[in-house]
Amino acid sequence: MNLLNVKNGKWVRVTNFRGGRGMQRRLAQLGFLPGNKVRVIRAAPFHGPLLLEVEGREIVLGRGVASHIIVEYI
Amino acid sequence: MRLALIGQPNCGKSTLFNQVAGYKAETGNFPGTTVSFKETKVRVLGEVVELVDLPGTYSLLGTNPAERVVLDYLIAKKIDAVINVIDATHLVQGLLLTLELMEMGRPIVLAINMMDEASRQGLKIDGEKLSELLGIPVLPMIASRGKGVRETFVQARRIAKEKKVPQPQKYENEIESAVTDLKDKMKQGEFPISRRAIAVKLLEGDPEITKQVEGKNPGMIDIIHGHLDTLCHHSSRQAVWMVATERQKIARALSRKITKQGKSHLSIRDRLDDYLLHPIFGYIFLVVILAGFFALIYGIGNWMEAPLLGFFDNLTDLIVKRLNVEGLLPQLIVGTIQGVSGGLAIVLPYLVPFLLGLGFLEDIGYLTRIAFLADALMHRMGLHGKAIVPFILGYGCSVPAIMSTRIMENKRDRILSAALVTMIPCAARLSVIFGLVSFYLGPWAALGIYFFNILVIAITGRIITHFIPEDSPGLILEMPVYRLPTLRTVTAKVWFRVREFIFEAWPLLILGSITLAGLNYYSITQYLDILFRPFTWMLGLPSRVGTPLIFGIFRKELSLIMLAQALGTTNFGAVLTPEQMISYTIFVVFYIPCIATMVVIKNELGNRSMWLITGLSMLVAIIAALFSRLLFFFFV
Repeated sequence: MNLLNVKNGKWVRVTNFRGGRGMQRRLAQLGFLPGNKVRVIRAAPFHGPLLLEVEGREIVLGRGVASHIIVEYI
Repeated sequence: MRLALIGQPNCGKSTLFNQVAGYKAETGNFPGTTVSFKETKVRVLGEVVELVDLPGTYSLLGTNPAERVVLDYLIAKKIDAVINVIDATHLVQGLLLTLELMEMGRPIVLAINMMDEASRQGLKIDGEKLSELLGIPVLPMIASRGKGVRETFVQARRIAKEKKVPQPQKYENEIESAVTDLKDKMKQGEFPISRRAIAVKLLEGDPEITKQVEGKNPGMIDIIHGHLDTLCHHSSRQAVWMVATERQKIARALSRKITKQGKSHLSIRDRLDDYLLHPIFGYIFLVVILAGFFALIYGIGNWMEAPLLGFFDNLTDLIVKRLNVEGLLPQLIVGTIQGVSGGLAIVLPYLVPFLLGLGFLEDIGYLTRIAFLADALMHRMGLHGKAIVPFILGYGCSVPAIMSTRIMENKRDRILSAALVTMIPCAARLSVIFGLVSFYLGPWAALGIYFFNILVIAITGRIITHFIPEDSPGLILEMPVYRLPTLRTVTAKVWFRVREFIFEAWPLLILGSITLAGLNYYSITQYLDILFRPFTWMLGLPSRVGTPLIFGIFRKELSLIMLAQALGTTNFGAVLTPEQMISYTIFVVFYIPCIATMVVIKNELGNRSMWLITGLSMLVAIIAALFSRLLFFFFV
């Protein structure tokens, strides 16, 4: 399951990533590390990006990026 | 002595920098406002030191050009002390960078900024205890109010003098032994940062540093890969994650020891996003806010323009009559007055409210919300939501807008957004739109031009994307919390740009206006007009407007201010038809970016991109202006 499948307001745990090295480094420094918890706060309409809470910060991820983050429900 | 300000995006480095250096850097409640470093000399306790403001970076991984600047600067320049600024409300995340910086082998002071924000959230931070735990000076700070700034600099100066290098925190055994081994095996070469930092960077797979180390120590690459393989084998995870997870563990433990969560005094501010980012109301608010912004500019500007223009017209008449001489002199005087009045009556009345409104929206944190709401739309142009940052800055000035494309990771996105950004009417072109179109044809016509402009940009983006498909990873952006802007930072920001107009652009406008008067007197302008005749003919404009269009390439305001000279009157309504005003303005909005913009495109993206973008803008300008004529032909 990736982040796009998560319902608004739900907490999930990051388990893995797809995608290239550069993307993984970028996400890692924003707090998307295996084991960390993420909450989907809301999604923008018209197939827009996701607003996420991770490590006490709010991060906006486009749908393409979000689909690369593999998660599981807690 | 050189001190460097380093911190994560939007932690208030530039606010601090401006507190000590006078207003020299752009600030904003917007991650990525600073994209390159700024150096300045400041006085600390009677001693002159050099202070550097570096772009915000989450870590020293250098994942985009703006972040890379920080690591490159640390490696290339001798820094006597680092002032690490962190946001008190994001302590754990901030400490990750602190831990990384402590490895660099430079004296470091930690300034915990936004203490007021933290106490509002009920967060108590024990700075003294953190100082004991890390072995570096830790100071509380509220940069926007100037609190704790002096103490921070005093401490920074002290540790720089003492050359007190901090003891880095230890990782768990596996990583620690890999780091130690790499450190020992790197026999050759002097490194400007500590060997420990280099070893960690090698484990994190930094391509640049790996190349450098391999160059100095052939065969090193195999040792590095050996370690990476062992580490991955043991935990089935990438080394870069292991290092990051380790730092996170240390930072969390530190944070637990030094913070106490009390009662939070948060208010409606935190519920604001429920409305402003709402799937329906969010867009309604967006339209209302932008319309209010537009009304503010139009209201103030229009109210001031007419009386000011009238005053200068009377002045011109008076002087010309009084002098009662023929020849060059009265022409030059009229030229001077028109240059002065152009700046005062046409540009400033619109520029000041525009900058005030933009500064307010930026500092409050609304611009990132626009990026969130507009991402889907941006995708249709082949860009992702991050491009909204240069787009919005573009309404102020194309130069910083193009520099801000550095926050994008890949080159294709940077070039495409730069190309589209140059077509956004900047504050200079705003004065043409308002001074000409809205003044003579009303606010709706001006609003129409703005919508038409967005439409043309969207279509252009769409067409380009058809030929160069999108392969960008997509939007990654931090959403800042709402902050109430202080009057001081907003006015300072407005003054920063107004000062630039008054001292750099205005003299040029006056000079241009005088030059044109001279050229007119000696009848040279007709030859210049011939140069632009093919375009003015296509647009159905009098040939005399060719010269203002040529001068407009230097400063876009000139295309309006010199228009008065070229047409011999400031009452444009008497000599130009509405159709001509519209097609002229549309052409001015799109054609050739100004010289300063062309230079910055060349510096940022290369010569080829500059010429490509210039050619494209000319093509789009002609098509768009012809299209407006077509609309007039059918509907008016």
